[in-house]
Amino acid sequence: MTGPATVFDKPTDYIGKSIPRSDASRLLRGQGRYVDDMQLPRMVHAVFLRSPYAHAKINSIDISQAIDLQGVVAIFTGKDIAQHVEPYVGVLSHLPGLRSPAQYPLAVDVARWQGEPVAVVICASRALGEDALEYIKVDYEQIPAVTDTLDAMSSEAPLIHKEYDSNLAWKREVEFGNLEEALAQDDVVVVEKQIKFGRHTGVTLETRATVCDYIPGDEQLIMYYAGQAPHMLQFILAKHLDMLEENVRVVAHDVGGSFGIKVHTYGDEIATAIIAKLLKRPVKFTADRLESFVTDIHARDHVVDAKIGVKKDGTIVGMGFNDFTGIGPFSMYPRTSAIECNQILNLTGAPYQFEHYHAVGNVVFQNKTLMCQYRAVGHPIAMAISDCMIEEAARVIGMDPVKIRKKNLIPDDAYPTKSVTGMRFDDLSHHACLDKLLEIMDYEGLLVDQQKERGNGIYRGIGFVSLVEVTNPSPMFYGVGGAPIASQDGATVRLDAAGALHVSSSVTEQGQGTNAILQQIAADVFGVAIERVKVTTGDTATVPYGGGTWASRGAGIGGEAMLLASHALKEQVLETAAVILQAKPENLDISSGEVISKESGEQKISLGDLAKIVYYRGNELPNDLRPELIATRHYRVTDFPFVFTNGAMAAHVEVDTNTGFIKILHFWAVEDCGRVINPQLVDDQIRGGVVQGIGGALYEECIYDTDGQMQNASMADYLVPMASEMPEITVAHVETYTKTSVLGAKGAGEAGTGGAPAAIMNAVNNALEPLNCGLWQMPMTPERVLKALGKIK
Amino acid sequence: MKAPDFSYEKPTTISDVLALLANNELECQLLAGGQSLMPMMNFRMANPGTLVDISNVSELSGIYERKETIEIGAMVRYRELELSKIIKTHCPLISMVLPYVAHAAIRNRGTIGGSIGLSDPAAELPAVLLVLDGKIEITSEKGIRLEPANTFFKGVYETSCEPDELITKIILPKKQPKQKFGFHEIARRHGDYAMAGVCILQDVDLNVRVAFFGVADRAVRSIAVENLLSGNSYLSGELIKNAQNVLNDIEFEGDMNAGPEAKQHIAKVVLERALKEMKND
Repeated sequence: MTGPATVFDKPTDYIGKSIPRSDASRLLRGQGRYVDDMQLPRMVHAVFLRSPYAHAKINSIDISQAIDLQGVVAIFTGKDIAQHVEPYVGVLSHLPGLRSPAQYPLAVDVARWQGEPVAVVICASRALGEDALEYIKVDYEQIPAVTDTLDAMSSEAPLIHKEYDSNLAWKREVEFGNLEEALAQDDVVVVEKQIKFGRHTGVTLETRATVCDYIPGDEQLIMYYAGQAPHMLQFILAKHLDMLEENVRVVAHDVGGSFGIKVHTYGDEIATAIIAKLLKRPVKFTADRLESFVTDIHARDHVVDAKIGVKKDGTIVGMGFNDFTGIGPFSMYPRTSAIECNQILNLTGAPYQFEHYHAVGNVVFQNKTLMCQYRAVGHPIAMAISDCMIEEAARVIGMDPVKIRKKNLIPDDAYPTKSVTGMRFDDLSHHACLDKLLEIMDYEGLLVDQQKERGNGIYRGIGFVSLVEVTNPSPMFYGVGGAPIASQDGATVRLDAAGALHVSSSVTEQGQGTNAILQQIAADVFGVAIERVKVTTGDTATVPYGGGTWASRGAGIGGEAMLLASHALKEQVLETAAVILQAKPENLDISSGEVISKESGEQKISLGDLAKIVYYRGNELPNDLRPELIATRHYRVTDFPFVFTNGAMAAHVEVDTNTGFIKILHFWAVEDCGRVINPQLVDDQIRGGVVQGIGGALYEECIYDTDGQMQNASMADYLVPMASEMPEITVAHVETYTKTSVLGAKGAGEAGTGGAPAAIMNAVNNALEPLNCGLWQMPMTPERVLKALGKIK
Repeated sequence: MKAPDFSYEKPTTISDVLALLANNELECQLLAGGQSLMPMMNFRMANPGTLVDISNVSELSGIYERKETIEIGAMVRYRELELSKIIKTHCPLISMVLPYVAHAAIRNRGTIGGSIGLSDPAAELPAVLLVLDGKIEITSEKGIRLEPANTFFKGVYETSCEPDELITKIILPKKQPKQKFGFHEIARRHGDYAMAGVCILQDVDLNVRVAFFGVADRAVRSIAVENLLSGNSYLSGELIKNAQNVLNDIEFEGDMNAGPEAKQHIAKVVLERALKEMKND
C-alpha cells in the first residue's frame, strides 16, 4: 500500500505520546502576545457607553458636554455607526422559519438588553474615555422588559420586535414513530418531569479584545483579534464594511481561552473596525469583566417538559419533550441562536435504540444578553433530558441505572447505524466505554458504601451519563445554510534551507494545544525532530483557508490536513532525494531529519543538505527536475455530517441535607475520541470540560431580576468553579478510530461539558431517592436543594 | 472599569491624616488595603475626591500586648494577624477565622481596620469583635474616643465612624483561661463571602455571646440564643436544638445565593455545628 494510509504502518515517534507543548514555557513566562499587549503608534481606545436598561427607547443622545473633554478624539452614536455598515441578520437557510431582524453594531433607536452599546467614545486612554462616558446624556424612555422565557410567549407580553406577531424566533418539531400512541400502551410506564437549565456563560481568562488598524495606502484593514475563526471574521468585515475580502487581514496571536464565546459577531468589535477605517488609525477595544458578563454570549437557559416511556423490563419505548429557550433580543450572527435548540432536537436520546420520538423546540426573544454557541452546544441539555429521564424511569420501575443503559444503548457491533432522529453513526463504542467506566470506578463498592452511609444519615449518590458528542463537522453544520464558515481546513508544510519544517494551518490555537498537536503530526509524518517544526496559525494573510477551531474540529480536521500535507511533502522530498542519490523513492524514507535507506536505516543525506542543493545549487540537479519543497493539502469530512464521539461518565456526590450543599466526591470520564494524539492534552480537555460542566450543574448562573438587570456580573458574584471545590477527575479512553480519516481522530473538546451536568444531576437524585424528593433544576444550588428537601419553602 | 480622576495623598502621621480628613472640600476617602475600595472605585461606585493612602502611617501598625488587652493597629494586615504568636495565644478566635477570610493574596493586603471600617455584612471580623466585646479606637482632630463594637456597626457599609474620623486601633480583651470559642461558616466556594457564619464565645462566667454574619444588614448578635445558652457549662444536644429554635430575633436578609428563609436555615446549621465543635473541644 502507498499513500497517506501507510503513515501508521510503523511505530510513531510523537503521535500518541504526551509531548510537552512547546509554547507552554513562553506562556508561563508571561511572554504571550495577547491583543491587549499591543501598543501601536497613534493608537486610540474605543470606550463604549452601554444601555443601563434592558429595554428602552433612545429618544436622543447629547454628546456636546463630552466631546471637548481631555483626550476625546471622537464620539459616535449608534446612528453614526449605522451609516457605515450593512446590518447583519442571524438566520441560516437550513433552519427554516428562523427569524431575526437586522442588527446594527450599536443600538440605533431602541436598546434591547442591558449592556447593548449605544455610543462609543474614541479617546487617548480607556480611563479618560470612561470619564467622558459620564458626560454623554442619553434620553431613554423605558419600555417594559421581557425577561422570562415562558412569559415572553404569553399573548400579553410586550413585543421586542414590532414587526413580528410574537416573541417567537423559531420553532421546530421533530417526530419519528408515534410517541403519544406508544406511550399509551398498557405495559408502558410513563415518567414526566420539567427540567430547568440556568443561563450561564463561558468565562474566558482573556476577555474579548481587538486592535483594528487601517492602512490607507494599501486600503487594508488589519484586525488583531482574540478569537477562533479568523477567516469567518475576514468575510464578515469585508461584507459589512463594504471592502474587498483580500483587503481585510485578521490576525489571532495568542488567545486566552474561547470556549465558543469568541466565534461570533460582536457589535463593539465591528464598530471598532469601522472607526479604525474612518479615523485611519489603530483603535483598541478590550472588554472589561463587567462588559464581558453583559455582552459575551450566554448559553443554555432552557425550560424542558420531558417524558419517557419504558417497559417494565427497562426497554425504552420512546421519549419526547417541549423545550423553551430564551436567546436575547436577536439571533446571533452568523451562527444563529437556534443551533443549541436544534442540537437538542437532534441529539436527545442519540446513544440509545428506540422508535418513538416527539420533540418540539421553541426559541424565544427576550431582553437579556444574546445567547449562542458555547462549549458543548446543546449537549448538556440533550444528555440531561435523555439520561436523567432514563434514570428516573429506572427508579420508577426499580431497575439499576447501569442495567437499563446496557439494555438500550446501541450495540457496539451495530455500526454504521442511525439514531432515532436519523443522525448517522459509525465507529462508536457505548458499551465498551460503559464497561471501562464500571471497571475504573468500582460501582459495586460505591453501592455498598452508599447503603452503609445512609444508615449514618449521609446521603451519597452515583449518577451516570452515556453521551455522544458532535465533532469534526462537515459543511452540513453551517455552510449548507449559507454561513460564511469554512468546514474544510488546510495545512501547508515547507522545508527550509536548514532542514527545518515550517507548517501553517487554518485551525487556531486558543490555549488548548492545537499548535502542539499540529507539530506532533508534522514531525511524525514527515520525519523530523519535533523541535525542528515551527507552527503558524491564526493569520489570514499567511495560513491556508479554513474554518478555525470550534465544534471540536481542530485535531480531527486540521490534524488530518496536516497529516496529508506532511505526507505529500515527504513524497516530494523523496522523489528529489531519489534523483540525487540515484535510488528509487520507494526504497527511501525520512527519519530524524535524514533521508535514510528504508531497508537498512542507513543515513543517505540530511534534509538540510538536500534543501541546500535544491535552493542554492540547483545546477547540480537535472533540468527536468523541479522540486517543490512545499506542499498544501485540505481536508473536509465527507459521507457524514459530523464525526460523533461517544463516552460514558459517572459522578459520585454527597448531599448535605442540612445545608443543601453538594460535594462531588469523584468524577470519572471514559471518552472515545478515536486516535489520541497527545494523551496529556486530551485528558486536560476532558478535565477542563468536566469542570465547566460542574460549573453549569452546581455554580454558574447569570442571575437577572425581572427588569432584565444582571445581578451578578462580576467575578465575586458569578461563581465559576474553583480548584478547591473540584473533585478528582479520572479519565480513561477507548480508542475507536474514525474511518473518515487516516489520522482517525475525533474531537475531544466538549464531552466533559456535555456529559457532566447529567451525571451530576443523576447522582444528586440518586442520593435524594431515600428522602423521596428530587431536584430538576440547574445549577443545583444549596437553596434549591433545601427547597427540594422541604427544609425551606 | 477604570477609576474616575482623584487626588492622592500619602501622609505619614496620624495628625496629617486627620488634617486631610477635616478638610471637607477634599472629599477624602481612606485607602487601607484596597481590597474593597479599589474595585468599588473601578466600578465607579466610590468616587473620592482625594484618596488618602494610610499605608505609610507607622502609628497604625503593630500588634501590642497590654496588661489585659491586645491592641491591633488599624493597618495590620490579615496576613500579619495570621502569623502573629500574640494573636494565636491571646485572640484564638481571630486565628480560627482567618483561614476563611478570602484568599491568601487578598489577606496579604486586606487590613483589620479596613474590614471593620467597611462593615460588609458578610465579613467575619465584625462578628469577631462583637463576641469578643472589642473596642474601636477612633481618632479625629477633636480627640480620641473608644467605641464598643456593639454600637459601632450600623448597617450595610455603615458605621458610627464620621467622615473626619480615623480608626486607629482595635482593642480586644485577652483570652481568659476556660473561655471557649466557636466558629463556623458556610460558603459556596472556599474563600467566598459566607452564606452564613457564626462566632461564639463562652465566657468564664458561662455567659455566651453569639454573633452571626452574612445573614443580615450587618454582623449581628442573637440575644435570644445568647440568653438560652448562657449559664450552661455543658452544651447538650437538646440545648443546641433549643438554641436553633429561638434563632428568630434577627432580621434575616437574603442575597443572590439565598433568600431570607434559606439564610435563617443555614444560620441554624452553622450555629449547631459551631456549638458541637465547642462541645467536643
